[in-house]
Amino acid sequence: MQDLQKLEQQARAEIGATTTLAALDEVRVRYLGKKGLVTERLKALGTLPAEARKQAGQVINGIKQALGELLEARRQTLEQAQLSAQLAGQRVDVSLPGRGETPGGLHPVTRLLERIEQLFVGVGFRVAEGPEIEDEFHNFDALNFPANHPARAEMDTFYLRDHKLLLRTHTSPVQVRAMLEQGAPIGIIAPGRVYRCDSDLTHTPMFHQVEGLLIGEAVSMAHLRGILTTFFSNFFEKELAIRFRSSYFPFVEPGAEVDVQCVFCDGKGCRVCKHTTWLEVAGCGMVHPNVLHAVGIDPERYGGYAFGMGVERLGMLRYGINDIRMNYENDLRFLQQFR
Amino acid sequence: MKVSIEWLREFIDIEVPPDRLAGRLTLAGLEVSAQESAHPGFEGVVTGEVTDVAPHPDADRLRVCKVQAEAGTVLTVVCGAPNVRVGMKAPLMKVGGRLPDGSVIKRTRLRGVESEGMLCSARELGLSVEAGSLLELPTDAPVGMALDEYLRLDDTLLEIELTPNRGDCLGMLGVARDAGAALDVDLRVPDCAAVTASHKETFPVRVDVPEACPVYVGRIIKGIRAEAETPVWMRERLRRAGLRSIHPVVDVTQYVMLELGQPMHAYDLAHLSGGIVVRMANPGESAGLLNGQSYALESDVLVIADHDTAQGLGGIMGGSESNVRDSTADVFLEAAFFAPAAISGRPRRLDLNTDAAYRFERGVDPAGQVRAVERATALILDICGGEPGPVQETVSAGHVPPRGDVALRRTQLERVLGMAVPDATVARILSRLGMAPEVGPDGWRVRAPSHRFDIAIEADLIEEVGRIHGYERIPVRHYPMPQAMGGSSEARLSASRLRRCLVERGYQEAITYSFVAPALQRAVSGGAEGLVLANPISAELSAMRLSLWPGLLDALQYNLNRQQERVKLFEIGMRFIPQANDIKQEKVLSGIAHGTREPEQWGLPAEALDFADLKNDVEALVAASSAAHTLRYVAAEHPALHPGQSARIESAGKPVGWLGALHPALTRELGLNSAPYLFEIMIEPLLDVKIPEFEAISRFPAIRRDLAVLVAEAVTAEQLVGVARAAAPELIRQVKIFDIYRKSGVDSGRKSVALGLILQDSSRTLTDEAADAAIAQVTAQLRQELGATIRD
Repeated sequence: MQDLQKLEQQARAEIGATTTLAALDEVRVRYLGKKGLVTERLKALGTLPAEARKQAGQVINGIKQALGELLEARRQTLEQAQLSAQLAGQRVDVSLPGRGETPGGLHPVTRLLERIEQLFVGVGFRVAEGPEIEDEFHNFDALNFPANHPARAEMDTFYLRDHKLLLRTHTSPVQVRAMLEQGAPIGIIAPGRVYRCDSDLTHTPMFHQVEGLLIGEAVSMAHLRGILTTFFSNFFEKELAIRFRSSYFPFVEPGAEVDVQCVFCDGKGCRVCKHTTWLEVAGCGMVHPNVLHAVGIDPERYGGYAFGMGVERLGMLRYGINDIRMNYENDLRFLQQFR
Repeated sequence: MKVSIEWLREFIDIEVPPDRLAGRLTLAGLEVSAQESAHPGFEGVVTGEVTDVAPHPDADRLRVCKVQAEAGTVLTVVCGAPNVRVGMKAPLMKVGGRLPDGSVIKRTRLRGVESEGMLCSARELGLSVEAGSLLELPTDAPVGMALDEYLRLDDTLLEIELTPNRGDCLGMLGVARDAGAALDVDLRVPDCAAVTASHKETFPVRVDVPEACPVYVGRIIKGIRAEAETPVWMRERLRRAGLRSIHPVVDVTQYVMLELGQPMHAYDLAHLSGGIVVRMANPGESAGLLNGQSYALESDVLVIADHDTAQGLGGIMGGSESNVRDSTADVFLEAAFFAPAAISGRPRRLDLNTDAAYRFERGVDPAGQVRAVERATALILDICGGEPGPVQETVSAGHVPPRGDVALRRTQLERVLGMAVPDATVARILSRLGMAPEVGPDGWRVRAPSHRFDIAIEADLIEEVGRIHGYERIPVRHYPMPQAMGGSSEARLSASRLRRCLVERGYQEAITYSFVAPALQRAVSGGAEGLVLANPISAELSAMRLSLWPGLLDALQYNLNRQQERVKLFEIGMRFIPQANDIKQEKVLSGIAHGTREPEQWGLPAEALDFADLKNDVEALVAASSAAHTLRYVAAEHPALHPGQSARIESAGKPVGWLGALHPALTRELGLNSAPYLFEIMIEPLLDVKIPEFEAISRFPAIRRDLAVLVAEAVTAEQLVGVARAAAPELIRQVKIFDIYRKSGVDSGRKSVALGLILQDSSRTLTDEAADAAIAQVTAQLRQELGATIRD
């Protein structure tokens, strides 16, 4: 009996000393395996006298069960430790930046154009486009620019050297093309590049415009005031009043400049609005009957409005881009600000 | 046009402050871009009368004067001006007064004589830019009156920017007419009564080109006083309008131009020979003008000649031979109506943008010439004396612009403005603008005034009523747009989707100029020339781009020069390709990438990006379009690209773009340390998409078999995949290339390519035997068609 106790103590000690699951399994095999020390003792019971056999059997089975439980407990402990060690070893620095590419961004002009288009399309305008190299007819004649008139000269037009063609000075020729194609009624906006032979601190020889045109049977200046009020209030996300200042664009009559309430000072006067509380943002007017004639629309039946705005100007007001030339330098440090 | 409000008051009563007047004019279409005070900024100056002038005891050039500063106050003033004399009235700055430059006048001793003030010249007071002696004030100027008050310097000058249609407002009268309408006050027209001729002498005038000069009015004034001087009040008005005083007669012509908008010219009759001839320039003719320069003239330039030579350019500038000068005794005055078409364009071409040309180009009142001559005659007689002859008119009535009758319907007015305007208001506005409306049952009828070139149709009258009544009265209304949901087809992509694809892949959008440097363009296009601008901003921006690459290469260099190491840019825009009878303007999408594959980071090696990276970008771009499956990348040479790393992109057999590494020679030429990769692809083929059609997913498992095949370098991936697929088209779903191996164990000139084949039967579970049979077909075909060896 004494050696049984010894065996149990020895087994307990060995179990307690294991540090790995493999070692623990070795201990299990050594004591409880088919040829294990405890198993052997059970097998040897047959050699004992019947009385002693029963008692010894109880003791040995008791040891077997106790060791079995101990082994299981140890297994759980070791497994837990192993998992903990694994988890500890697999820790990552979650503050490290992620792997791979960093997204780029849209050009501010595109950002503005997409937003403007979205606002107008939302109320039923269609986006129309046209060529950038134009002829005199679409850029001037059909738009009621008298030949040899200062209004034509003031446009600072780029001409091609070997063709009787020019770079469009506004996106208004798209109006002409759209009306010739579709007739009336029609509601379009025409975004795009335009060109003027002018380059200094506040002018680039290429810039962007969005023109709008609505022709219908009962379109009035009140509707023009309506669409522009709606547009600018939505564009600047602020209730803003607009005002018309009488002006002259050959393709509209009446014609007006559009001022919007200064978005920076709320009518108090500031440097941006030169203390007028108004910002010049667009030109507009009611489409000149001569233009309608030129595209075969009856001005007695139909009338409508047109407006045009400079996209870079809106970028200046919306994003504070105070140097228009930055738009075309394509400096990444500039572009990356408009993701 | 600079407008003095003080002067404007001669024509209308103005009860509102300058700011308000400026605001009203601006809203009515006469944009006031700036306001300034007419006061040059001096202080403490009164009208003084010189009562005694004595020599200075110690200085030859100085005089000691007694000057009456006000009743009972006589000051001693030391003065160096040569024109000081007893009895003259001149500006006296008292001690404590201040000059425009800020210096304060103190009591001082000048060479031992105490001076209690300073007699001033116009320049010292900031009233003239030219040096001169004392400003001589009229003898009736009240002694002791503040000069500010005497000259009415409490005046605001409005800088008015006029639109090209409002030539009529290039004179005070025109501005006053509009301002009067805007303020709803009466207009006082200046007195231009006929001056009776005191002799019968005329100067012959012959107009050869009546279409260019429908009205020519002249008059001789004989015997003007040579010593006459322009009065201070007139000089002040000229100054406030931004003009210099030159000679009394010239000043009068300028004054009348500013007042009535009618440019005039005065000739020294002694220097004209025979008579006036209005004609076009003769071949090879030149003319010496008032600015001291001589101009060679083209035949479309109108000249005013005498019987010998051109004496000036009609409507642009007078000549240097016959201009009025100090010795002039007899004057010939000219006021003409030159047709805008006969003037326009020439001033710009000749770089002679004069006040006269500016007015004639925009149109002066064709009925205003006699009035201007009468007005000028009266002023000249006042200032210089002289004997006026009869007014000579040469008119070609048929060439004078006709004044149309224009009707304005009440209904149309309301329809266009979107508001009703009371009848009385309409009538009053039209009357104040000089249109004398006749009232009818439906509205009004007016005769377009001769001074307006922009009143021809009903819409013009609607504008007049609208702008004067005030656009601020127009209500805000919303037009009921039809509920058309057109505009976005599911079978079309928007360009914005392409943009976003590249943005997600690390590209920054650029916008470059549509015109580029011809040299770079030639280098990139293999010598092809783009369309050339006739009037470019600079040589660097003179050729319309044939590709977006020159602009993107510029942008790349710009950024590399600013410490950027990795640059990925794209642009969407037009390129302009000249063709036999046409110009192809097509929208393309181009990209450029330079530097490492990914931004520098801890978890990836820093490797240079290459062809396959850009190709993947292009593949991603086209992935959603219906072109995705038919697009081919064909090895081909492009002048800008590395011949071994360049692909022509073809859609349905047609070239739609290029992709490749910049040619090493160009890379070196542009000073780049390594080659950027570029692509350019037409937008149009990318935007068509197939509307998806659902296909059943196979319920049977797929089998994958891998093959390693050894082929010659020249065998392409496209060939391998194509042959493999074609060998068992009904079972092979996909062929992937998952490795390419070139080093040890592979003959030089050959490469080992690892193919992964996914096989699947759509109607039953594929057996190993069937798969083996298919793979056997594949290997056989690869051997036979591509000389492949299959590696174990």
